[in-house]
Amino acid sequence: MSRVVLVTGGNRGIGLACARAFAAQGDSVAITYRGEPPADADGLLCVRCDVTDTEQVDAAFTEIETTLGPVEVLVSNAGMTADMLVLRMGIEDFASVLDANLTGGFRVAKRAVQKMMRARFGRIIFIGSVVGSTGQAGQANYAASKAGLIGLARSLAREFASRSITVNVVAPGPVETDMFAAVSDDTRSAIEGAVPLGRLATPDEIAAAVTFLASDAAGYITGVVLPVDGGLGMGAT
Amino acid sequence: MSDEAFEKFKACAVKVLSVSADQVTMDARFAEDLDADSLDLVELVMELEEVFDVSVDESELEGIETVGQAFELVTSKQ
Repeated sequence: MSRVVLVTGGNRGIGLACARAFAAQGDSVAITYRGEPPADADGLLCVRCDVTDTEQVDAAFTEIETTLGPVEVLVSNAGMTADMLVLRMGIEDFASVLDANLTGGFRVAKRAVQKMMRARFGRIIFIGSVVGSTGQAGQANYAASKAGLIGLARSLAREFASRSITVNVVAPGPVETDMFAAVSDDTRSAIEGAVPLGRLATPDEIAAAVTFLASDAAGYITGVVLPVDGGLGMGAT
Repeated sequence: MSDEAFEKFKACAVKVLSVSADQVTMDARFAEDLDADSLDLVELVMELEEVFDVSVDESELEGIETVGQAFELVTSKQ
C-alpha cells in the first residue's frame, strides 16, 4: 500500500537513496534539504528546511501535508559532522552537531507523531551510526548525537506503541557518500581493513534496511538498532 | 457552567476517545470509565486547546482524573 514518506536530508547520500527506494516501490515521497535540492528530483517533493529551526520544521510538514497528506513514514536522516579531537572542540562545535543530529530528530519526530497518533499508524526510522555505539576518536560530537538517537527512539517507541507506531534506528557503518569522500586515502584504507566485509556500504544497502523497517512486514519490530555496517560494530552494538 | 461549552467539550471527548456522548458525564473518570490511557489524554488536551483556544501547561494536568476536572480547567482559562 502506498504511503506518504518524508526523508529529511534527502538531497544526497543515504537520504537520497532512501527517497528513491521508497519512490521506486510506489510511495509518495517528500524530502527536506538545507542547502541545494537534488539535481535529479524526479517524482520527489522537495521542501527546503533546516531541522535546527522548529518553525521551519513545522512549515515543511504543513506543506507536505497539504500536498501529499500526513506523513506516515518518517526517515530522520538529516545530519552533519564537525570532526575534531575533543581538545580542539569548542562548545559550539559540540552543540551544533547535537542540535542538527539529535534535537533535529526530536523536532521532526514530535511533529510527525501527532498525525501518526490520529491515524493509528506510523513508522519512524532514525539514521544513527555504528560510531554511536563504538565511539570514534575525532567524532565525540557526532558519536554522542547518534548514540542519543537510540535513547530517543526507544522512548518514542514506548510512548507510541499503543498507536501501532514503530520507532527504530538504522546504524550504518562507513558508506560511499559525499560525507565520506572527504576522508583521506589512508583513513579510508584503514576503515576498509577494519570492516570484516572489507568494503564500504553503498547508500542503497542502507536504504534497503530502511524500507524494510518501514514496511508492513516489519510491524512487530520496534525499539531496535539495526546495524548495517559490514560487521564493523559486532559486539558493541 | 455553560451547556454550550460542555457540549463542545463532549464533542472533543467523543471524537478523541471514541466513546459515546452519554458516557461523557461530569463524574466520568478518564481511565476507569472512558478507557483512556495517558496518550489519549494528551490527544484530548491538544484537541481542547484548539477548540477552546486556550493553552494548558503540562503542570496543570496533574491530578486531572475526571471529565468534570478537565472541563473546569479548560473553561477557567477562557
